[in-house]
Amino acid sequence: MNATSPLYELKDLSKRYTRGKETVTIFDALDMTISAGDFIAIMGPSGSGKTTLLNLLGGIDRPSSGEVHFEGQRIDNLSQGKLAKWRAAHAGFIFQFYNLMPTLSAAQNVELPLLLTRLSGKARKDRVKTALDIVGMGDRARHRPGQLSGGQQQRVAIARAIVADPKVLLADEPTGDLDRSTADEILETLQLLNAEMGKTIIMVTHDPAAASHAKRELHLNKGRFEEKGKA
Amino acid sequence: MFKQTTAVTLLNLRSIPQRWGMSLATVLSIALVVGVLLGFMAMASGFRATVDGAGSDDVAIMLRGGAMAEMNSNVSRDEVRLLEAAPGIAAGAQGDPLISSELYVVADALRRTTGTRSNLALRGLGLHGPELRPQFSLVEGRMFEPGAAELVVGASVQREFEGFSLGETVRLGPNEWTVVGIFSTGGSVFDSEIWTDLGVVQNLYQRGSGVQTVRARLTSPDDIEVLREHVGNEPRLNLEVLTERDYFARSAGGTVTLIEWAGWPLAILMAIGALAGAWNAMYASVDARTRELATLRAIGFGGFPAFIAAMVEAIVLAFLGGLVGAGATWLLFDGVSASTLGSGFTQIVFAFAVTPGAAVQGVILAVIVGVLGGFVPAIRAARIPLLAVHAD
Ligand SMILES: Nc1ncnc2c1ncn2[C@@H]1O[C@H](COP(=O)(O)OP(=O)(O)OP(=O)(O)O)[C@@H](O)[C@H]1O
Ligand SMILES: [Mg+2]
Repeated sequence: MNATSPLYELKDLSKRYTRGKETVTIFDALDMTISAGDFIAIMGPSGSGKTTLLNLLGGIDRPSSGEVHFEGQRIDNLSQGKLAKWRAAHAGFIFQFYNLMPTLSAAQNVELPLLLTRLSGKARKDRVKTALDIVGMGDRARHRPGQLSGGQQQRVAIARAIVADPKVLLADEPTGDLDRSTADEILETLQLLNAEMGKTIIMVTHDPAAASHAKRELHLNKGRFEEKGKA
Repeated sequence: MFKQTTAVTLLNLRSIPQRWGMSLATVLSIALVVGVLLGFMAMASGFRATVDGAGSDDVAIMLRGGAMAEMNSNVSRDEVRLLEAAPGIAAGAQGDPLISSELYVVADALRRTTGTRSNLALRGLGLHGPELRPQFSLVEGRMFEPGAAELVVGASVQREFEGFSLGETVRLGPNEWTVVGIFSTGGSVFDSEIWTDLGVVQNLYQRGSGVQTVRARLTSPDDIEVLREHVGNEPRLNLEVLTERDYFARSAGGTVTLIEWAGWPLAILMAIGALAGAWNAMYASVDARTRELATLRAIGFGGFPAFIAAMVEAIVLAFLGGLVGAGATWLLFDGVSASTLGSGFTQIVFAFAVTPGAAVQGVILAVIVGVLGGFVPAIRAARIPLLAVHAD
C-alpha cells in the first residue's frame, strides 16, 4: 500500500430506513474516499446521518446498497464473525459517553481489545501501560471509571481505542460531554495520535472549535458532503 | 474464545452488586423454593426413619384379619392361648413363649409447645412386651408392677408433654396413674407411647379379657412363614400375621408418600414462580448492560461469550439460592422434633432429617431453575444490536 492509495473508498453508498410505509433516505449514491493519515471532522445538522456514516465506516452497521472498501478490501459484505475480527484489528472506537466498563479498572478496560489477540499476559500488560502513558493516564491505571473525571475517562477510552494499534480511530462527539479546556486537551491528544502515530481519525462533532483541530472539515447535509477549507 | 468468555463472564459477575436488589430477590426466591422442597423431604425422611426404626423383622404382629390398624383389631383370650403354643415363636429364659398381648387406648395430655391437649397412646402390654422392642432400655426409674396403676413413659412423651416426670401422678381420663419409669426405644415410634400392665388397661377401660394384638419374637425372621402357615391352617384363628417391619411400613408408607407427594408439586409450583423471577432478573441484568455488551461487540468480542456470561450469572445466582435454601433448612429444621398423627389417632413424634441426598436434589432443582430462567435472557445478551453502543 502506497501513501496515495485511499484507506477508505465508499462506492455508491445508500442508507435508507423504512418507518411504516415511509422510507427515509439518509444517503443516496454517496461516493467518497478517505486517505490514510487524514484527520477529518464531520459536521452537520442533527439527524443528517453523521453517526450513521461512522457506523458504516466502523463496520457496526451495513449500507442498504453500495460498498465500503478498506485498504482495498470490501468490508460491508463480510460475515458477522469476519466483520468482528476486522473491527478488532483495524478500527478503534471513541464514544461521546466513553462506554467504559464501570466495574473494571482503567488498565482492565484498556486491556479488553487485547484479549482478542494472541498476546501473552506480560505483552498485554506492557501494551496497556504504553497506551495509558500515551494518553497521560499512566498514574491512574488502577482507578475505576467512577473515580475519574469525564476527561480522564475519555483518555482511558482513547487508550482502549489505540491499544491494539488499529489504523483508524472513529470518534463520535468525543468532546460532546466535556468542558472547553478538557475538550481541547482531548483534541490535542487526538492531533498527536494523528501526527505522531499516523492514525487516521474520523471525528463527528457539532462543535466548530473541535472541528478546527482536524485537517479537513466535511459538512454533511441532506446526504451530500461539502468540504470547507480550514478557517 | 476462552479468554473472551472468561473476561465477559467475570465482567458480568463483578457487576452483580450493581444490581444487588434484583440479584438478591432471585437468590432468595430460589432459596425459598429449595427450602420448601427440603422441608417436606426432611419431614418425610424423618418420619420414615422413625417408623423404620420401630419395626423388626423378627417380631411378628398378629391382628384380626382385615383390620388395618391395632385400633380396629381384636383378638380373643382363646386365640391368644392358641398362639402361645404356635410354632416359630422363640422361648424366653423360663421356657415360656416370648409373646406379648397388647391393648392400646387413646389418652390425652398437654403439649408443652402449643399448650393444647393432644392424643397419646397408652399401651397395655404383657410381661415380655418390652423385650420385643429391640432397643428398649429404661432411662430412669423402674418397670411398672403387674396390676398396679403405674406407667413407664416414652422419652419423647416426657419431652413433649407436661406432667410426666418420674414420680408424678398423672390423670388420664377418669384414672390416676403414677409415673415410675422413663424408657427409650432409640427414637422409634414407641418413644411416643405410655406403657402399663395389660391387665390394668383391660380393667380400667372395661375391655374384658380381649386384646387387640399379639406380638411374638420369632425364632428367626424366616419363621414368619411357619407361623403364618400354622395360623392359616388353624380354623379357630382368623388372624393376619405380619412382621412388625411390614406392619409399620404398611401404616407409615401412606404418610411418607403423602408428605413427599405434597412436597414436590408445591416445590415445582413455587419453582415456576422463582423461574419467572430469575428470568425477570436476568432480563433486567442484560438490559442494564446493553451498552456495555454492545461496546464489547464493537471492540470485536463475539456474541457467544455474552451468552455464556449471562448463563453463568443465572446459574451462580441460582446455585447461591440453592445453598442458602439448603443451609437454612438444615439450620432450622434438621433434628427439630415434629409430630404427626400416627395410625390410630395418636401423636408420633419424629425428627426432621435433612439428608445430604435431599440437599443435593434441592441444589439441583435450583440450578435447573437458573438454567431455564437464564436461557432466553442469555440469548438476548448474545444478540444485542451493535448500534446499542450509542444507547444511553
Ligand atoms: N435504527 C433506525 N431506524 C430508523 N431511523 C433511524 C435509525 N437510526 C437512525 N435513524 C435516522 O437516521 C437519521 C440519521 O441519524 P444519525 O444518528 O446518523 O444522525 P446524526 O447526524 O448523528 O444526528 P445527531 O447529530 O443528532 O447525533 C435520523 O433521522 C435518525 O432518526
Ligand atoms: Mg449522532
